[in-house]
Amino acid sequence: MEVNRRQFFKLSAAQVGASSLVAMGFSPAEALAEVRQYKLLGARETRNTCTYCSVGCGLILYSLGDGAKNAKAEIMHIEGDPDHPVSRGSLCPKGAGLLDFIHSPKRLKYPEVREAGSNEWKRISWHDAIHRIAKHMKADRDANVLDKNADGVPLNRWLTTAMLTASAGSNETGIITQKFLRSLGIIATDAQARVCHGPTVSALASTFGRGAMTNSWVDIKNADFILVMGGNAAEAHPVGFKWAIEAKKTRGTKLIVVDPRYNRTAAVSDLYMPIRAGADIPFLGGVINWLIAHDKIHWEYVKAYTNASFIVGEGFGFEEGLFSGYDEAKGKYDRSSWAYELDADGNAKTDPTLQHPRCVWNLMKAHFARYTPEVVTNLCGTPVEGFLEVCKQLGETARPDKVGTILYALGWTQHTVGAQNIRTMAMIQLLLGNMGMPGGGVNALRGHSNIQGLSDLGLLSTALPGYLTLPNEKDHPDYASYIAKTTPKALQPNQFNYWSNTPKFFVSLMKWFWGDKASADNNWGFDWLPKWDKLYDVLHIVELMHQGKMNGFIVQGFNPLASFPDATKVTQAFSKLKYMVIIDPIATETSTFWQNHGESHDVNPADIHTEVFRLPSTCFAEEDGAIVSSARWLQWHWKGADAPGEAKGDNEIIGELFNTLRQMYLQEGGKVAEPILNVAWNYRDPNAPSAEELAREMNGKALADLPDPKEAGKFLAKKGEQLPGFAALQDDGSTSCACWIFSGSWTQAGNQMARRDNTDTGLGNTPGWSWAWPANRRILYNRASCNPAGAPWDPTRKLIGWNGEKWAGADIPDFKADAGPDSGMNPFIMNPEGVARLFCTDKLADGPFPEHYEPMESPIGTNPLHPKVVSSPAVRIFKTDRERLGTHKEFPYVGTTYRLTEHFQFWTKSVLLNAIAQPEQFVEIGEALAKEKGIVQGDTVKVSSKRGFIKAKAVVTKRLMALQVNGQTVHQIGIPLHWGWEGVAQKGYLTNSLPPAVGDCNTQTPEYKSFLVNLEKA
Amino acid sequence: MALQSLDITRRSASPTASPQARKTIEIAKLIDVSTCIGCKACQVACSEWNDIREEVGHNIGVYDNPTDLSADAWTVMRFAEEESNGKLEWLIRKDGCMHCADPGCLKACPSPGAIIQYSNGIVDFHQENCIGCGYCISGCPFNVPRISKKDNKAYKCTMCSDRVSVGQEPACVKTCPTGAIQFGSKEDMKDVAATRVADLKTRGYANAGLYDPQGVGGTHVMYVLHHADKPEQYSGLPKDPAISTTVQLWKGWLKPLATIGIAAAGLFGFFHYITVGPNRPDDDDEHAAANPAAKQEDKA
Repeated sequence: MEVNRRQFFKLSAAQVGASSLVAMGFSPAEALAEVRQYKLLGARETRNTCTYCSVGCGLILYSLGDGAKNAKAEIMHIEGDPDHPVSRGSLCPKGAGLLDFIHSPKRLKYPEVREAGSNEWKRISWHDAIHRIAKHMKADRDANVLDKNADGVPLNRWLTTAMLTASAGSNETGIITQKFLRSLGIIATDAQARVCHGPTVSALASTFGRGAMTNSWVDIKNADFILVMGGNAAEAHPVGFKWAIEAKKTRGTKLIVVDPRYNRTAAVSDLYMPIRAGADIPFLGGVINWLIAHDKIHWEYVKAYTNASFIVGEGFGFEEGLFSGYDEAKGKYDRSSWAYELDADGNAKTDPTLQHPRCVWNLMKAHFARYTPEVVTNLCGTPVEGFLEVCKQLGETARPDKVGTILYALGWTQHTVGAQNIRTMAMIQLLLGNMGMPGGGVNALRGHSNIQGLSDLGLLSTALPGYLTLPNEKDHPDYASYIAKTTPKALQPNQFNYWSNTPKFFVSLMKWFWGDKASADNNWGFDWLPKWDKLYDVLHIVELMHQGKMNGFIVQGFNPLASFPDATKVTQAFSKLKYMVIIDPIATETSTFWQNHGESHDVNPADIHTEVFRLPSTCFAEEDGAIVSSARWLQWHWKGADAPGEAKGDNEIIGELFNTLRQMYLQEGGKVAEPILNVAWNYRDPNAPSAEELAREMNGKALADLPDPKEAGKFLAKKGEQLPGFAALQDDGSTSCACWIFSGSWTQAGNQMARRDNTDTGLGNTPGWSWAWPANRRILYNRASCNPAGAPWDPTRKLIGWNGEKWAGADIPDFKADAGPDSGMNPFIMNPEGVARLFCTDKLADGPFPEHYEPMESPIGTNPLHPKVVSSPAVRIFKTDRERLGTHKEFPYVGTTYRLTEHFQFWTKSVLLNAIAQPEQFVEIGEALAKEKGIVQGDTVKVSSKRGFIKAKAVVTKRLMALQVNGQTVHQIGIPLHWGWEGVAQKGYLTNSLPPAVGDCNTQTPEYKSFLVNLEKA
Repeated sequence: MALQSLDITRRSASPTASPQARKTIEIAKLIDVSTCIGCKACQVACSEWNDIREEVGHNIGVYDNPTDLSADAWTVMRFAEEESNGKLEWLIRKDGCMHCADPGCLKACPSPGAIIQYSNGIVDFHQENCIGCGYCISGCPFNVPRISKKDNKAYKCTMCSDRVSVGQEPACVKTCPTGAIQFGSKEDMKDVAATRVADLKTRGYANAGLYDPQGVGGTHVMYVLHHADKPEQYSGLPKDPAISTTVQLWKGWLKPLATIGIAAAGLFGFFHYITVGPNRPDDDDEHAAANPAAKQEDKA
């Protein structure tokens, strides 16, 4: 009996009071009760796409008013679009909180300037802002643009102002920015791809021909086995991960996670295996060795569709950790020996029996023989039984009727060996015959909503749209040499070798750049393009700023102070600039790098003389346009409401800035003015090119009637019409196209990216929903899902097949549609070999096969495989950055940074709903290390590296285990990256104060995933 | 509008019986813990839809945030690291109202119409009628309702009764990235659960099962658990929840007894006042004494 006297009276008294009210007639209506009224009945619905990661979830924006002119639309609710084939109405915690992003108190509303040495923002007009910026730019360009080199090669190279472009901006913003940048001669430019998936492009393109996620999100449901390694799909891509869970539920699929941390993906896995950060190549190399040793190889596939039988030239070798051709003085490889032996016709020699000692198969077998299970365990710290279980599960998929997939992200890219991590997995998938298969592939999960688009649009230092390269000063001094060196010759007979069409892509691009000014006589304006000498990636840009060699920095939708490594150095670098321009919807730490924030950012504003302009831009909900999901879908979105205050669209900001500059060059003249004056800028409102105009330009149009070569009297397109696809492109100036791989996205039939037919044509394919590059193909290399005779390897997984006349099926064939099985044409149509590369010849800077090298900061300080070559010999590191590396003696623990599912980069700390869900900076520490250091749950700790420190709350967990590596105990510390001083969450330190400024050998993507730190109780 | 679409089965402390003629579908939300990634999308979608925002808190050394349910946080994820048979598991449970078939909160509530049970199974709080006494909290075997500091009224998950009333699923269900939260008729949800349990058994979870506790008559929020034999592992999910003795007593023989007692006390007070004059009430009986209308109570 728990009712005491007091309780009895309280209960009774309340009952008396309440019932008395009823008795007195106050509440009969309330007593019946109603639910809250449904709030959306009359609200206007606008379709949009989530602006965070690249799953590309469909959104419905609900706004006040029904669209009537007199009603001011205000977005009051956002939820998932149930028709969307990938998200099916779901949104992750970031997407579900988008309302608070749009209405964040940190949204920028007016142009502002922070004058040199000042400690405050001052509101200015758009006119003043644009004119002051244009003056800075022109003065800097006039003083520093390089006209010609000693050989008279026109350079148009302006290196003293850099620009970063926005991964959440639309394709349309991206392409107009590309035009803006290159006409000005800017090559010190980069996008977020550099700090995230650069190595993916490098690795996948060098293996398969294209650098993108090979399959689609929904297709993950077709997998029999899913490995999540080098990524954390459940946390970083929760809605895409839906399809991994679907596979588990409907196919009984096994899911294995290999990661330094037992993370939220591991929470729903069948098996979790720990691994030391930075030891992925030993693990995956060990898998290759095991597959070969246990004959778990899809032999027919490997022999037909890979270069296993190709013979490598005599000069190739690998010894003591070095491939042939290493130049120690330069710290670079001469890659000429990493090549096939060619016959008299220029074709690679092959040995289909795989007996030749120098055929790729035998070289590969020998190379990975060193990666025994013991070596794997010794380097990775992974229990051997767990490693063998992964091998076994993967090995099962060597059967034609079993398919496995890999989901990875930055856990593999952000290493000095980033591209090679991915290469190793790509090789495994080839050996197992899982490429081109539904439920297979190498699935690079891109991080930002349009970073795939920005990569596609060539918004990287040395790129042009559609994965064309920007001309290099030495290699491509003129048009003829550019075309000769960028157009590959087939290395086997009868291959499609699609890059042989490079001249068509390039000339059409030039016609877009320069319009009528580009003609055969002036080599299509080739001389006006900037010519590069070196790669100006973000690490290089910061180094030049730090040396005082840069004056200006335009930052469009990027937060480099938080995103780049070694934040202390970055702050010093920014402080040496004359001017900085921020274009962003929200306040970033970069924009206030001159403010003092105590020990987390201890600067003196008076000492910083950089003029900082901050221009408010629209966000996704306030503009039309398309963004490209990780699965290469170009999805159109529509504006739901006006931007706050005076914020403008990015196209408008770039348009006004460009026209102001061009006007100045017209009126005052200036150095290397030709490209600026000649660039085609024929938009209805030159100050605000519309999304529709720009989207149509990316598809391309006919500048003259294009006769159909197959049928006399018919035309591929008539003059002025939108092109049907890239097959119609010409190299004679009769077509214009801003991005050849996007050709087909806005045809004469209209905007294909806006299509919303979600009919499943089989295996979860929805070709009527939006549009995917290339040519609306959803699964890349899908010809390889069939055997050489044209029948599916697995009849239950038929994606396409040869019907006697052409290839057809649930997906668009990624192949020449009428090239039958007897044509000898092979599935990897972008490779001159026609097959995929186990040995990637000279495509990568650090070797044709992957090899394990320690991170630049190694916890074991040696490389047991070859102690003389510890870390990668092909690393580029600046002197000042090398001096800032620590050793395991001073900094004994491995630090690894990552994203949490509640947050997106550095944006959502400005979003109240997400700040509530994960409010404060923390680090994750294993129980053993915490005990050693006397740290308990919730303590504040200090994590420091050679470069800086952070203070954060301690999450002490069983999920980080101490590992035994090379005879010593290695503790790893998990460091989520989301904090700073701008936002509505608890203020925190910039995580990137910790990692070193050194990147992947091929792409310079920083090594955020494995560096050395120390730990103490604060 | 909503009155027509959601029929009421029971109302707290109400004198008249609810209409019982119409039968509607009994609905349920199924939370499959084995496919939950703890992403908190449900938390965020809940707050967004329901226009509530908890204060920005602090990290206390775990992933749980907000750290507890509140009047402004109607569902929270609870994370538990458990080791069994040498295998580490991170058991993540979405906590919130279970929408019991036999709701302790409704039984305990003394305010007419403040707590309603719809015929589809949803148990909803109607704040206009709430007097903030907190009895729903003592009545709840899952410790779910919370009193708001702003308006002294009780709040909890409504199962998005406003959405369900127009035929939609709750906000948390719709948003759930992995489909760990599902919604439908209770019958269908039990079938879905059975399929999931069978899958889990093939993956080595011999004790996988459905959590639909009969001590509260079953619930309209059910869990699929890998370890249905040990629900406490999931951040203290009660093994055999039941309505507390206090509330059972109150609804049983104690209530009429108390009513008579209080009526008598009221009458006594009234006459005492008239005949003797004002008295200084002691702490325990101040409410009762302050209310001379208590004599009406016997009609309740």
